[in-house]
Amino acid sequence: MTNPNDPEPLLHFYQQMYKIRAFDEQVNQLYLRALMPGLAHLYIGEEAVAVGVCEALRQDDYITSTHRGHGHCLAKGASFDRMFAELLGKQAGYCRGKGGSMHIADQERNNLGANAIVGGSAGIATGAALSIKMRGSDQVAVCFFGEGALGEGLLYEVMNMAQLWSLPVIYVCENNLYNEYTHYSETVAGTFLGRPRAFGIHAVEVDGQDVQAVNNMAAELVQRARTGKGPSFLLCHTYRYSGHHVGDIDRSYYRSKEEETLWTTERDPLKNLAQMMIKKKMVDAPIFEQIQTEIRKEVDAAIQFAINAPYPDVSEVDQDVYA
Amino acid sequence: MSTPSKLREITFGKAVNEAISEEMRRDPRVFMMGEDIAEAGTTFKVLKGLVEEFGTQRIIDTPISEAGFAGMGVGAAMTGMRPIVDIMFGDFMTLTMDQIVNQAAKTHYMSGGKLKVPMVFRTTLGATRRSGAQHSQSLHAWVCHVPGLKVAIPSTPYDAKGLMKTAIRDDNPVVTFEDKMLFNTKGMVPEEEYTIPFGVADIKRVGTDITLVGTSSMVQVALEAAECLATLGIHAEVVDPRTLVPLDIETLVASAKKTSRVIVIDEGHYSYGITGELASTIADRAFYYLDAPVKRMGAMDVPVPFSPPLEDATVPTVDAVIDVAKMLCGRV
Repeated sequence: MTNPNDPEPLLHFYQQMYKIRAFDEQVNQLYLRALMPGLAHLYIGEEAVAVGVCEALRQDDYITSTHRGHGHCLAKGASFDRMFAELLGKQAGYCRGKGGSMHIADQERNNLGANAIVGGSAGIATGAALSIKMRGSDQVAVCFFGEGALGEGLLYEVMNMAQLWSLPVIYVCENNLYNEYTHYSETVAGTFLGRPRAFGIHAVEVDGQDVQAVNNMAAELVQRARTGKGPSFLLCHTYRYSGHHVGDIDRSYYRSKEEETLWTTERDPLKNLAQMMIKKKMVDAPIFEQIQTEIRKEVDAAIQFAINAPYPDVSEVDQDVYA
Repeated sequence: MSTPSKLREITFGKAVNEAISEEMRRDPRVFMMGEDIAEAGTTFKVLKGLVEEFGTQRIIDTPISEAGFAGMGVGAAMTGMRPIVDIMFGDFMTLTMDQIVNQAAKTHYMSGGKLKVPMVFRTTLGATRRSGAQHSQSLHAWVCHVPGLKVAIPSTPYDAKGLMKTAIRDDNPVVTFEDKMLFNTKGMVPEEEYTIPFGVADIKRVGTDITLVGTSSMVQVALEAAECLATLGIHAEVVDPRTLVPLDIETLVASAKKTSRVIVIDEGHYSYGITGELASTIADRAFYYLDAPVKRMGAMDVPVPFSPPLEDATVPTVDAVIDVAKMLCGRV
């Protein structure tokens, strides 16, 4: 057991979460400065989910991610420079520029990729879990998805099979309240947890703004999966600070400023963790400034790297259609 | 290809069964999942005996969840296995399209060549089984339209076996279409192991006056038409592309140049289908050698009807092919 007074693991969580925040804040800047082609879906506000879960994983455990996937990718250990390069369509990117923001995959860390089809990776994650079982490995597979994916039938088909065959997969539902521009209360009948439980899947919920709570819960579910006890479902209550995508600025028709302010001021996963650590006298306040400054420096360097990196040669366009 | 020393006659279904068994023996990563493929051996009984040899861990009966198990196949393929996903009827492929089109086909490219999806989607095509509009379609053109997929469409037991083995060994997602009306047809197949490379058409009958390009069940239609045409002094060459992606353009064009007349026959719908692609490719490359426009014959542009005389009217027949061939050869 880790010493609850040891600040190191918590500082590491903070660092990981701040990496995601700093990265996505700069993604927004790149968009505003018209330096980024296409658009992007920011993970700001939801950092504790990706970090809490991925910190419970080994490097060889699999994850599948979503269109809002920068956080998962970074939490699984991806580097800033190759991610920015991918977002800008550069050859140095994780996918040589062919994937973009919504399709980053990082094979070295068994990140099987972000997916721009809502719920589209549920089959892949569950199939990875089937593969794990067939190969007799003790890896686990984590499927990240937003609550919008609860509308997709694929999820229910594969949860059914995961439980039937006791597969080592964890379905992590990030309930950020909005399916694009629509509150989930308009799209979800019944209860969230009633869905996995209907299949007999072990299902729990957690405050997705509390990285420690997420991590503790995730560690338990990972242990379950690793020891052959089958799939589980982790519902994380969280909030998307920004719009659905970087250009979604006028949000008043679907949510109030008051609601946004409440989450950003009182429920922020980074602020709350820092305050708790200071209050408990685990660290001194300036350490968070230091962490932020260092990470921002790394981010700035990575952006410069990506901006200066070359585009792929046009001759690459028809490469890798087939293996 | 070396001449096989020992041949025996087996059915198309048995040939498919042998291909899968041999590859499963050869490679422990190969497994199969689908509806009623284990003890039942599928609706068509083609997979009979596999579960006895390989067990339920490798011949996996799934719930009726085509999208779900197709997607799981993709995930398993990305993580070290080589699944064969059995989609009982080609019509049910519609339920798996996101997994085939958006996931399997694009993963290698989108990941900049890092992730691979070595898997087979095995399914059927073909009408005239009196199965109605939702169990009789020939939807192979759909997947041919998606870069990243390979498409095999065998017409004989020999081809079915050799192409299936190649499909299983391929590092890409391959969709194989077997005409369910062919399962009980017989043909000579070598006893020893062989594979058939993708992208190599087969000349099923040599001729000089007209080329009949046929796919799947339409190869047999073309061969029967060629037999009748021979009695009229018209010597038809029958070419079977065997794989639509990759396509052996050279063999098709060479035959067209030789005979100067071409009919393309396929069981998919006439409009926006395989015949349009093949005919335009041939016309484009053999234009100055052609004595007539390249003709296309496909299934009528109607949902496949149940009533037998109506259903039979929807697909190209031997008589219809003979009529078109005679017309092209100026014999009407």
